[in-house]
Amino acid sequence: MSQRPLSPHLGVYRFGYTMSLSILHRITGVVLSVGFLVLAAWLMAIAGGAESYARMNAFLGHGVIQVLLAGWLVSFVYHFANGIRHLCWDAGWGFEKPQARRSALIVVVAVVIVAAVLLYLFFVPLAVSP
Amino acid sequence: MSIKSPLGRVLGHGSAKQGSSHWRIERMTAIALLPLTVWFVWSLLALPSFDYDDVVVWMATPWSAVLLVVFVLAVTVHSMLGMQVFFEDYLHGPSIKCITLLLNNFVHVLTAAAGVFAVLKIAVGGN
Repeated sequence: MSQRPLSPHLGVYRFGYTMSLSILHRITGVVLSVGFLVLAAWLMAIAGGAESYARMNAFLGHGVIQVLLAGWLVSFVYHFANGIRHLCWDAGWGFEKPQARRSALIVVVAVVIVAAVLLYLFFVPLAVSP
Repeated sequence: MSIKSPLGRVLGHGSAKQGSSHWRIERMTAIALLPLTVWFVWSLLALPSFDYDDVVVWMATPWSAVLLVVFVLAVTVHSMLGMQVFFEDYLHGPSIKCITLLLNNFVHVLTAAAGVFAVLKIAVGGN
């Protein structure tokens, strides 16, 4: 069983940047699954009343956690944008290599812009207001 | 009738006849999550503040509660299917794979139950 060959044989391919987007989709998916546990914990903290919510907010306000929250936001934007790309492929559109490279660039540019805007909207007002 | 050899059937090789529904449900939840996640992020941005009272008022609104429940369920199914493939691809020991896949399902069901319960408690619990 353990001796069976495993596909795909990643080592035999010349590197292309579309590969990075592919593995990033999986990585951000796993990251978001972990983030979902935090989201559920946040909802449970709200249900637990004002005191448990205050404790949760204090925890989320911690510097390290703030960085993680920012990471989850960026991961979400990436998984969202590249997910649309995957759904297009599932619908049969954009399979040619030039199209896949172009859609990859569109995803990267869109993620940088949208993630920057969302990071600003979520984190900068919080830093400014008391 | 099956074209599989008796040995292949006993060893469980080949299609388990569940691959297409796994694929289809992953895409269905992905499509559902496009508007749901946009709504969720927009809702958080639209909150007057993240103070307890403001968050509770938002969660207790009927449509917010309904959409939050659907959102939690859609994320749960999408995440459960995605993590299942992740574990299947990278864990190779038969027992560790089996245990992890079992735990994957348990954790996701628990998370979904917690998320739905929390929203319903705020929405219909009458604080």
